[in-house]
Parts: sequence; structure tokens; C-alpha cells
Amino acid sequence: MRYESPATTKEACTLLAKEKGTAFVLAGGTDLLVKMKAGMVEPDLVVDIKRIKGMCDIKKSASGFVIGAATPNAALSENAALLKAWPGVVEAAQLIGSKQVQGRCTMAGNLCNASPAADSVPALVAAGARVVIAGPKGKRKLAVEDVPAGVGRTVLKKGEIIEAIELPAKKPKSGDAYLRFIPRSEMDIAVVSCAVNLSIDGKGVITAARVSLGAVATTVLLVKDAAKAIIGTKLDDQAKAKLAAAASAACRPIDDKRGTVEFRTEVAGVLARRAAEIAYARAGGK
Amino acid sequence: MPLDTSLVRKPFKVIGTRVRRPDGIDKVTGRAKYGADAFAPGQLVGLVLRSPHAHARIKKIDTSKAEKLPGVKAVVTAADLPDLTAGDRGLRDTLENCMARTKALYDGHAVAAVAAVDMHTAKQALKLIKVDYQVLPHVTDPDEALKPNAPLLHDDIFTEGIEPKPVKPSNFIKIAEYGHGDVEAGFKEADVIIEKSYKTEQTHQGYIEPHACLASVSPDGTAELWVTTQGPFVYRNTCAALLGMDINKLRVTSSEIGGGFGGKTHVWAEPVALALSRKANRPVKVVMTRDEVFRATGPTSSASMDIKIGARKDGTVTAAFAELRYQNGAFPFTWAEFGAMTAWACYDFKNVKSVSKDVVVNRPKCAAYRAPSAPIAAFAVESTMDQVAQAIGMDPIEFRIKNAAKEGTKSSYGPVYGPIGIGPTLEAAKNHPHMKAPLGPNQGRGMACGFWFNFGGQTCVDVNVTPDGSVTVAVGTVDVGGSRASLALAVAEELGVPYDQVRVIVADTSSLGHNDMTDGSRGTFSSSMAAVDATRKAVQTLRERAAKIWEIPVDEVEWMDGHAHAVGEKHGNKAPLSVKEISAQAANTGGPIAGHSEIVADGAGVSFATHICDAEVDPETGRTTIKRYTVIQDAGKAMHPSYVEGQYQGGAAQGIGWALNEEYVYGKDGRLQNPGFLDYRIPVCSDLPMIDTQILEIPNPNHPYGVRGVGETSIVPPLGAIANAISNAAGVRLNHIPMSPPRVLKALKAKKK
Repeated sequence: MRYESPATTKEACTLLAKEKGTAFVLAGGTDLLVKMKAGMVEPDLVVDIKRIKGMCDIKKSASGFVIGAATPNAALSENAALLKAWPGVVEAAQLIGSKQVQGRCTMAGNLCNASPAADSVPALVAAGARVVIAGPKGKRKLAVEDVPAGVGRTVLKKGEIIEAIELPAKKPKSGDAYLRFIPRSEMDIAVVSCAVNLSIDGKGVITAARVSLGAVATTVLLVKDAAKAIIGTKLDDQAKAKLAAAASAACRPIDDKRGTVEFRTEVAGVLARRAAEIAYARAGGK
Repeated sequence: MPLDTSLVRKPFKVIGTRVRRPDGIDKVTGRAKYGADAFAPGQLVGLVLRSPHAHARIKKIDTSKAEKLPGVKAVVTAADLPDLTAGDRGLRDTLENCMARTKALYDGHAVAAVAAVDMHTAKQALKLIKVDYQVLPHVTDPDEALKPNAPLLHDDIFTEGIEPKPVKPSNFIKIAEYGHGDVEAGFKEADVIIEKSYKTEQTHQGYIEPHACLASVSPDGTAELWVTTQGPFVYRNTCAALLGMDINKLRVTSSEIGGGFGGKTHVWAEPVALALSRKANRPVKVVMTRDEVFRATGPTSSASMDIKIGARKDGTVTAAFAELRYQNGAFPFTWAEFGAMTAWACYDFKNVKSVSKDVVVNRPKCAAYRAPSAPIAAFAVESTMDQVAQAIGMDPIEFRIKNAAKEGTKSSYGPVYGPIGIGPTLEAAKNHPHMKAPLGPNQGRGMACGFWFNFGGQTCVDVNVTPDGSVTVAVGTVDVGGSRASLALAVAEELGVPYDQVRVIVADTSSLGHNDMTDGSRGTFSSSMAAVDATRKAVQTLRERAAKIWEIPVDEVEWMDGHAHAVGEKHGNKAPLSVKEISAQAANTGGPIAGHSEIVADGAGVSFATHICDAEVDPETGRTTIKRYTVIQDAGKAMHPSYVEGQYQGGAAQGIGWALNEEYVYGKDGRLQNPGFLDYRIPVCSDLPMIDTQILEIPNPNHPYGVRGVGETSIVPPLGAIANAISNAAGVRLNHIPMSPPRVLKALKAKKK
């Protein structure tokens, strides 16, 4: 196995593109190293992107935030502006692993690991985040929900890496929230999860919303019907019931060691309602 | 001097104080040496190849490619561990469990092992071993395994306890029966009968430290084994028998132990490590991964149970019946029978019966897990007791108090009780502030009782007085829960010296006679009895030496407060002699001063506990939070109360995990789906409330200080207490452990319909 830590994104892409064997990108390593130790993957090449300039930076501009792909999640909550604008995204990212894991793990890694139960991904999807992809043929951008292609698979092509995650600027009177269901209180993987991002007008009527579900299908889902159920409402009980029903209806889960189809479907609706209530309150709704 | 176990009636000086633990600093600074912390020159890495199939015939194993890989020093299979068990079924099963012979009987069953110069080479070598399997149908559920057409694991199990003995082999190991009176007649006298069925899923002890050992076999036939174990002497005897060695040629040293809870009472990879070392002629270190620990060591049984209790409206139980079906994993034992013995032990019923059915399935060989089998039976019994109390409109504690066993009660499993603690723990629970604390929305309170036999067994202790008067103590029963501190307290108490003057070590197997393993909550009970005995012998010697120094008869020398005193007016001018002063002259008065004790510690007092639990259930997700938890247990005498409280809390914590989320999940293919702590969900710290404890002390008349074992009983009541609390919170009865959110939510939804 070769280990490389290039200084530029271009160099990293070239290394990955040229490798004939199995190649992996190393950011925090909280998935990759665990898989290597368990013998699940045996890379020929590991490309560490942490030494690339800007990869660990969070930049704020008028159009939003650009978060370098190797930024550890612990740094997210230390960025006051980001925390204020996207509390749901930050709290989702902070749920991953332990304190020690937080110092290493990244949202881009969480996305590229392509688990449907990834905690930060539904929050990013609800937030309307995009990724900047660098590759041998230059750069392109994709919506976060378009990155996973299935369990453990992404649409990234050979030689491509995610360079950054872009979050839009916070809209006035908007709020986001993320909730996951785990049987324990921490150190666990989502059995089902939900993120809601919404905006309201001066009267408290929801004008825009995005609802995303995790761990209920092969990829994280963006559920447009669930958003529709609350747009135009003040999140009254009827709207919440419709939201829960739409969220449950979108589920295509499996029975596994972590939960049942029945449970995931039911609790997806419960979490959607509870997350919407938090997001609505954060937007200033009463 | 015969062993004197009569109760010491005078006030204690150091027994019952909270002295600093002797192993604390090394453990918190990382200096303590555990199983994986030993190194030997030239040591190899040992790895085990395991069956991916739940049940398969091994047609052929080709190790030739692995053997040719540079760096591989030995490959072993069952052929390298010939059957020397000479008709001993238990020993043969142990051998076959350590290394599959003709069939792999569960996912994770060892089929071959390698020793190589490094981990990378060893891993490569495992991949080069080709095993030709014929996959067979499998069964993992106890009820399914009992069916006539179930896949058969062994062709030589003929159900014990059935007359005439069956001629057809089956998975049904044994049926056993306990109890007294006439239950059929008793049920006819009942005003209310509650009859329910229950299930529990398989759980693992979940000790932090995986199994690890360093084995070194010399060409001269002697061997050393450094290992994390609850019983170095038992490991020694078993390994020597399996490898065809004289017992004295194998010296086993136990490391510090990072938890065992029964799982380290059986050998797993140790005979394999020795076989690898013997073949490679190099030391071999084997350290299990967590995956191996889950798949291939000894979890406790899963079970299916039917309980029937009849009672009169005044709360008198007229009859109680239990049928308990436990799976033992792939090899026969009597785990259900333990359940049948313990099921009704808390109560004084006129008519009581329990029937056990033990069964083999394609799962790892079950091992003891803290009060093995009792928590499972207690869950079913205590759940039913609550439902009977509810049906007759009686408070659940009052109902239990009315039926509690007491001194003189003939227990459901046979013996007549001496002084016992079930009644006092129930009274203490009734009067505990916890019982009166208000409950919030979606919260419920439950309580339950538990029993464990406790054990004594063979124990050796050496007490040696050093030239400066400080004292060393060697014991052969491994310290898993604080016995070194307790023994130092016992020796200090008897000798009349400060605790800090006594240092205790766990000796290796070549230094002392046979000691039973640390199980049955016997460590402190039996070792402290031997320590008292050995110290009294040393005190006798100290008196003799003082008499010699003073040139007076020994019966004119009294031992008091760590000094020899010459008694009588004629000796009025003699200053007392300290331990230090006497030992300083040892060379001139007869040599080193020591006391030895080799005993069978009989009379382990039975142990009882009552637990109270408050649970909150989220009605929309079925998720349970334990809000408050109280353990009340009889310790006989708490030699070191902090350790006793730790045992109470630890048992409750494990019980909470078992009750709520821990479970072996098998796929349809018979493979374990969750062999890791991510998906085998033991509680994390933030899942638990502070666990309150109350120590009761009803002295055990068979121990000089009144000590009873305390390690195991604390895991017996939690499943029942939590099931009662959740059922009260959710308004629906939960009868399947673990009460995981999907199960609770399903029950809640079924209630709505």
C-alpha cells in the first residue's frame, strides 16, 4: 500500500486517476481506517487530502459558506457564524461518533462513505448544500442529494474528489433542524433520521421547505411531498399530521439488525414532525 | 489448628472501611498488565480461521499453501489436537469447541489456526487455508431446535431425564424438575390464575478486555501460559488434559483481568495457542478481536418460558409452575436447569414446580454470565408476580412480602434456608424514599426480586511475614471484584496491623495448591475465609516466637492489637513485642514466619436482592429511558463497602443493557449480524442514571465475618424490574427481552387497535 499526501487538489486527482489498483481518499479516516483494520478494504493507494491548502478551512461570503472537505466536524461548532446560520447541519455533524472521532471526521467523508444512515447528509440535503468536485477534467458542482448512488457508492468518477461543501447563505426567518432515532443516547448509528429546513413569512406561514430522511432507503432521500404538506401552513396539527404521513409514505426501508420496516416507517413521521417543530421555532414561528 | 468459621462478635477495626484499592493506580495510569500486555523473545502472532457457516460438515482442510508462505511457522487443525479426553464428554466438547473436528457447529467456530512472524503474514496465511465445507441446515432458536424435524447438531445426544432413554438422538439435552407439593391441587385453590409466555434473547457479558494469551511451550515439554482468566488453575488443568501434559509442567499466570463475568471461566483460544507454540517451537500470542469475542466465546442462553401462578385474593400463592427452555449453544450443558433451580427461590410457596428443557442450537457454546440463567427465569417469574398482584388488587411489594421465603423455608430447589435477606430487602424497598417519589408523564415504576446460590469451593492462601514486619499474601483465586483489598483487610484485622502493612498478590499455578476459579461470587467469601485461617496460624507462630524470646510458656502470650503481650502479673515488666520485633529475630527463633490455609470453603450464604426502577417510555417511538434505579441487597458483611456498591451498580448496569437493547441478531443464514459494540448495544455512560445502592448486612453464620458473595445477585432482578416499570409506563405488558424500541412501539400500536 502506498500513502501519498499531495499539496494540491490537482496532484491528488492525478494520483487517483493514475492508480491501477484500489485507491481511497483519506480525510479524517474514521471510516477508511476502521474498514482497513477490519479487513473490509485493502487499498493499494491512500491519498491524504489534509495537507492540501484550504481543505481544512471554513470560508464565509455573501453567498454562504464554503467548507473544505477535510474540515473536522469539531471545527464546525466552533464557527459561530456557521452555527448561527445552520444549527441543524452543525448538530447533525456533531452527532457522529465520539469526542475523539469528532476531531477527525468530516462531512465530506460522511457523504462519500455513502451510508444511508449518515447523520450529516440529510441535514445538508435539507439545507440545499452543494459539493464542489475536482477531477482530471476540471471542476463541477452537484447537489448533495445527487452524490450518493446507492449503499457505499457515489457518482464520483475515477480521479474525482470532493473539494468543498457549499452551504447557501441563511435566508431571513428560516431555520433548520436534524433529529435521529437511536436506542442509546450517543455513540450509535441512526435507525431513522430526518432533517427539515424551512422559511416563514411575517405571519408565520411556511413559504419554503425541504425535508430529508435518512436510513429509510438505499440513499438519503429528499422528500418533496413532505415539504409540500407544510408549505403554506403555520405548522398546525393538520399540517404536521400530513407531514408525518408524507414522510412515512416516502420510506422504503429494510428489516435489519438496527430496526424493522414497520418501526422505521412509523418513526420517520414522528421525527419529521418533531424536527419541523424545532425548525419552525428557529425560524421565529410561534 | 482446625478451620474455625464461627462469627467474630467483637467490633471490627478495619473490616468495613473504605481503604484505597491496591490495583487502582496501576489501572488508571495504564501500567497494569492485561492479557495482551505480555511479550516474549521471538514471539509469533497467532490467528484463528473461523467457520462462516452456522452448520457445515468439514470435508477437507488444505493448509499446504499457508504452510509454504514465508514467515508462517505453524498451522494447526484438529489433527494437531488429538482427542485425549478418554470418554469425558465435557472435556471432549471443550476440545471440539476450541477446534472443530468433523463439523463446524456455529458461525465463528474455529477450524484452523496459524502462527506467523507478524500480523500481516498471519492474515495472509489464513486466506491461503482452503476449507471444503458441505453446508448443512441450521437452527438457532430453542423452540425450533426442539421440533422433531429440526436440523440435528450431534448424533449422540439422547435426552437425559426421560424414561426409557430415547433411542433417537435429538437436540434436546435434558429435562429436569424441581419443586414440592402438588401444583395441580394448588391451582384448584386459586382465586386468580395468571399464565403467560416469555422470551429472552441471547446476550454477551461484554467485558472490555478481549481474550488474550501468550503461550510458550519448550521442547523439554514444560510450558508457560500468561492469560486473562477467572481461573488460572482451571485453565491449567483443562489445557494440560487437552494437550496431554502433566499438570505440573504447565505454569499459568493470570494477568489483570478487564472483566470476565463468567466468560473467562472457560478456555477458548488458549489450547490452540499452546498447540501453535508446541508446533512452531516459539512463543505465540493470541489476541481475539471483538468480532471473535462475540462470535466464538460464551454468551448466555436465549430462552423461551411459560409461567403459571395461582393465588387467593388475600395474596397467598397457592401454586406456581414454570417451564423453561434454554439454548446452550452448540454443546450440551444444563443452563435451563440452573434457571429452574433459581426461578422460585425468593418465595415460600406450598406447591411449586419448575421444569427445565436444555437444548443445543447452532450458536456459540454458552458460558456463565453473572448469576448464569437466573436473570432470565427471574424476568418471567417477576413479570408474572406483578400481574398476579395487579389481578388481586394488591401492592406488588406487599404481595411479595407475604410470600417471601424466610429462615427455615424449604426452598423450591431443595435446601432449607438459614438466615436470609429476601424479607429485609423487600421491607427496605417498601420504606425506601424511591418508592414514594412522584412519577412524571409516560413514566412507570417497577420492582423485582432476585436470588443467587453463591459458592465457596477450594482455596489456598499463603501469608508471609517479611523481616521488616510487613506482610505479603498470595492467593490463587483471581481478583475480579476487589478481593485483594478484602484479603488485605482480613489479614490486617486478624493480625492487628494497619491495612497498608499488607500486600496481596494473585499467585501463579506453580506457587499454590489448586484454587477454584472466581465464579459463584466466591472470590472474597472463600479467600477471606482462608486468609483469616492462614493469618490465625501465623499469629499462633508469632506467639510461639514471642514465648521463645521471653522464655515463657506460649499459653502466657496473648495476641492483641498487632503485638504479643505477656499475660499475668509476673510478666508485668515485659514490653509488648510488635510483629516487626518478632520477625526481626526470626532467624534465631525458628525461621520465617508464615501461615498457610488450604480449605474447601463451605457454607456460602445464599444471596437476595430487591431492585426498584423508574422508566420513561416515549409513546411515539417506544424508546425507554431509565430515570431512577435503586439496588437493595444483602451482603452478609460488606468488607469494603465501595467494592460492594460497585458490584451492585455493575450488575444493575448490565441488567439495564440486557433489558433494553442487547441482543444477538442472527440472519436467516445463521450468521451473527452484530458482532461489535456498534450494533450490539451495551449501554454507554449517558444511558444510565446514578444507580443508588443500599447494603443490608444479615450475617452469614458460616463465615468468620459473616460475608456472603455479592457479585452476581445484582444482575438477577433488573430484567423483571425494568419490564414491570416499562409495562406500567406504557400501559402494555412487555414479554420479550430486550424491550427494544421496535418491540415496545409494536406493543403500543397493538394496544391502540
